[in-house]
Amino acid sequence: MLDKKLLREARQTKFFLSLTIGLGIASGLLTILQAGCFARIISGVLLEDRGLSDVQGWMALLLLVIFLRALLALFSESSAQRTAARIKEDLRQRLLSRLFFMGPVQVRGERTGELVNVLVEGVEALETYFAKYVPQLALAALVPLSILGFIYPLDLLSGAILLITAPLIPFLMILIGKWATVLSRKQWEALSRMSAHFLDVLQGLTTLKLFGRSKTQLDVIARVSDRFRETTLGVLRIAFLSALVLELLSTLSTALVAVALGLRLVYGQILFEQAFFILVLAPEFYLPLRLLGTQFHAGMAGVSAAGRIFEILETPLDNIPGEERGSMLKRAESCSSAAPHISLENITVRYEKEQVPVLNGISLELLPGERVAVVGSSGAGKSTLAAVLLRLLEPEGGQIRVNGIPWQELDPEEWRSGLAYVPQHPHLFYGTVVDNIRLSSPGASEHDVITAARLAGAHEFICGLSQGYDTLVGEGGTNLSGGQIQRLALARAFLRKASFLILDEATSSLDPERESLVQDSLERLSDCTVLIIAHRLALAERADRILVMENGQVTEAGTHEELLFKKGDYYRLVEAYGGAG
Amino acid sequence: MKEFLRLVRLTAFSWKGMLAATVFSFFTVSSNIGLLAVSALLISRAAFHPPVLDLMVLIVGVRFFGVSRAVFRYLERYVSHDVTFKILRKIRISIYEKLEPLAPALLMNYRSGDLLTNLVADVETLKEFYLRVLAPPLTAFLVLSANFVFLAWFDLRLAFLFLFFFLLAGIAVPLLIAELGRGVKERMVRVKAALNAQLVDSIQGMTEMIVYGQAERQRQETGKLNRELTMLQDKMAKLSGISQAATQLAMNLAFWSVLLAATSLVRSGSLDGVYLAMLALSTGSSFEAVIPLSLIYAYGEESLAAWKRIRNITSASPDVADHPIPAELRDYSVEIKDLRFRYDQGKPWILDGLNFVLPQGGRVGISGPSGAGKSTLVNILLRFYEYEEGSVLLGGQELKHLGQEDVRRLFGVVSQHTHLFNTTVRENLLLARPQASEDEMVRAAQKALVHDFIKTLPKGYDTYIGEGGFKLSGGQRQRLAIARVLLKEAPILILDEAEANLDAIAEREVMQSLLNMMEGRTTLVISHRRLILEKMDQVIVLPPGIRQEDIF
Repeated sequence: MLDKKLLREARQTKFFLSLTIGLGIASGLLTILQAGCFARIISGVLLEDRGLSDVQGWMALLLLVIFLRALLALFSESSAQRTAARIKEDLRQRLLSRLFFMGPVQVRGERTGELVNVLVEGVEALETYFAKYVPQLALAALVPLSILGFIYPLDLLSGAILLITAPLIPFLMILIGKWATVLSRKQWEALSRMSAHFLDVLQGLTTLKLFGRSKTQLDVIARVSDRFRETTLGVLRIAFLSALVLELLSTLSTALVAVALGLRLVYGQILFEQAFFILVLAPEFYLPLRLLGTQFHAGMAGVSAAGRIFEILETPLDNIPGEERGSMLKRAESCSSAAPHISLENITVRYEKEQVPVLNGISLELLPGERVAVVGSSGAGKSTLAAVLLRLLEPEGGQIRVNGIPWQELDPEEWRSGLAYVPQHPHLFYGTVVDNIRLSSPGASEHDVITAARLAGAHEFICGLSQGYDTLVGEGGTNLSGGQIQRLALARAFLRKASFLILDEATSSLDPERESLVQDSLERLSDCTVLIIAHRLALAERADRILVMENGQVTEAGTHEELLFKKGDYYRLVEAYGGAG
Repeated sequence: MKEFLRLVRLTAFSWKGMLAATVFSFFTVSSNIGLLAVSALLISRAAFHPPVLDLMVLIVGVRFFGVSRAVFRYLERYVSHDVTFKILRKIRISIYEKLEPLAPALLMNYRSGDLLTNLVADVETLKEFYLRVLAPPLTAFLVLSANFVFLAWFDLRLAFLFLFFFLLAGIAVPLLIAELGRGVKERMVRVKAALNAQLVDSIQGMTEMIVYGQAERQRQETGKLNRELTMLQDKMAKLSGISQAATQLAMNLAFWSVLLAATSLVRSGSLDGVYLAMLALSTGSSFEAVIPLSLIYAYGEESLAAWKRIRNITSASPDVADHPIPAELRDYSVEIKDLRFRYDQGKPWILDGLNFVLPQGGRVGISGPSGAGKSTLVNILLRFYEYEEGSVLLGGQELKHLGQEDVRRLFGVVSQHTHLFNTTVRENLLLARPQASEDEMVRAAQKALVHDFIKTLPKGYDTYIGEGGFKLSGGQRQRLAIARVLLKEAPILILDEAEANLDAIAEREVMQSLLNMMEGRTTLVISHRRLILEKMDQVIVLPPGIRQEDIF
């Protein structure tokens, strides 16, 4: 019911949490006072034959209580929100920092949609937990107890009825609640499965039409909807029973109290004013408990969201470059603007312990200004090689040197500042085209941006967009094709004026003409070491040197002609591709 | 307002269920009113020590109401959920009916993935429409009327006092809050969307962020949005506090003023004192029906916005009109004469005078850079787009005059974006021809070189693929798609870059199954690859003017 880790988070907002609970208790006490006034007035008018002028003092007090309660209600919502606000803000920032710290290689395993959901909705779910559930938990204990404190001295029997039934509510709530939670989760799963089915059908609409089956799908949708409705209602029929039992418990015991009071009143065993006071208070006694029942699910949702949040915050970091380790030994001169000489010796990388290494003792050398292509079947370790060179992944064995300086002595930030990188599926950020190109060097002039776009063969299509370089792209912006996105990413890389450029299948969505234009641009780059990872061999053909990778190792190296002549792995790849074309 | 009524009309079919749910909901609230009112009357009567027998009716009443509330609540929830599911079913079907003629032209104009995901999410949003928008005012109206009549029976002035405060809490307060909160809510939606976009960017674009040293800046930007969101939520909480305080105040003031007025009525002798407590308590407890009203505007706006987005997509008119003229096809040849096509008047021509003949059993290849109109040609042939100028003859008949479904029956299409459904391999294959025998299906799979692979799956042809099932590689997907098209046994084949985006090994396998497939069929191939274009009788390069050699 309470989560230890979450409560630790609550420590930083102890004040607002106590304030929320305090306001709730004050409101509870005022309710008791209101019932007292009410009972006095009724008793006066009914039994003592008092007129309005005799009870006006009580009426005035009642009015005051009413306004005071409104005032408390005004502040308690704000105070509850404050409780949650700081925790949420803080957790969200910590989560994001953590994800950045984990780096893309480790995060890639997680699904983006799910992660964003945790950061936005998951953290938001804690609002109800801290703002509603936790304070209500305290109030559900304190308010009924104080009401009981007033009723007990007046009437033991009513007090006993309340005291016996009260613990049954949380008890049943937990008992049924757990079971109902399972059921309601099933219901949500069913709902989301139904949505998933609908989405699947819509996405496949063109395919359905091609096979002339789109009209018959209407019946399928209707049938699936009906089936889900029936099974879900079957589940709900039972799930709603839990609410029925809880509701029944509180109304039935109110009725029990009322009848018991009425009968004793007939025989003069209790005074009217006291009996009436107790009657009015009885529903108020159950109210906080019932409210807790309605918050229970929200509270549990908060706990399960918290589970995922802390899982991310506590993910062990492995294979991650130690940021602080590098920065202690900063050697800025190693990353001068000249093209670097990079050597890898016996590098081994595994994603998970005791698994087959992805890079298996690979050794290679990149000379300053050289254009080297890496080819090989998927899974050969090409992209992992790129991740290592980008310092997104720390090898478990072997040595890398840049211009003779050991890898450990290079500051990762410093090293990356001389790098440019184009991944196979580049990401477009929400913003304008020019912002996206400028990502690699925020201060670049407009002229430089256009030059870079020309080199990447992107200028032409950018000019054709509705607002040229100022067109919004990314999430919710103009839709660009895969090839256009790749050209923007290439422009981004060209703008960087880097001394080391890594292209990871960066032209896979370009048609042959445009690919060849990009190749021309690459050849014009001066003072830059280029590593080209390619599955289309055309791009490799023109490189200074080709490395063929298989099972995490370099199996062949040489120029296109040399390798063809050798009739080895490269020759077979070219064969498979149906001639170099 | 027009769209709101349209949405209401769409849900109106389930009026019986809605009526039942509303009545149950009214009884739920009334049971509570009854419980308190009858208890108060019981105690008030008992104070005069009457014989217990005289109180029997009241005692039974108290017990009845003590039980009935829970029962009515249960019935109400059950019926209203049933109604909700029926409404969702209706909405889904109506969307599909509207969307079906629009595919695929519509799906190409938008970012189709997002479009459909949002569409489905919007349907989900509408599940609140009945429960939270339509139902509460109906219930509130019934409760208001019933208690008004009840109070008026004693004294009309009491009834009007109650009416005043009930309308204040039920209409004035929610309107005021909605008005005050409008700006804040809009900003909140924007900030949340921006935060979402930022986080998606941060996670999907993490590699680029880190490589280009922008991680810290991104973290700060996100922090700014995060703080802005907190500030807006603070404002919303204040508004919600005002709303709750005002509703509670109206309720208690109604209770107080009815108590005050009734007291003077008792004094003047026009009201029996035993009813005093009952009238005050029934007034206060009928405000239970007001509480859900405070959320109507928020949910109403949300539902309406979702509905408008849905309508925006589904109200487009289909591109191709279907007026088939019955005609016999001479054969399965395709003849294109001076074909011109553009998406809209005033836009440049995508196809500008295309000519070629694909005889029955012949093979034509089409090549050219992206944007040259290759896929447009395919969509015209499949009757997804209407052409304005020139002529397309299918078996000697003008394509325009043939029925869409009749035309599509003749084509087997393999493209690079083949959709496989989240179901079994078998069902995906049999989509092409549901009545195909096991043998025919296996033969198609063998010919597409995918049978051996299917055999290695945990449940063979009955393995689920896609989400929650088996993940397929690009090459495996394509070969399944080829098997499916083979099963269709269409006389004309269109291969639209069916081998694109595959690695060399997968491409070779797919290529082999494509070649198997082409044997003896009229084939139109769109490709960049020489390997497959070499096997064609004729290769056409788009746009005209580029020499074939330039492509290779």
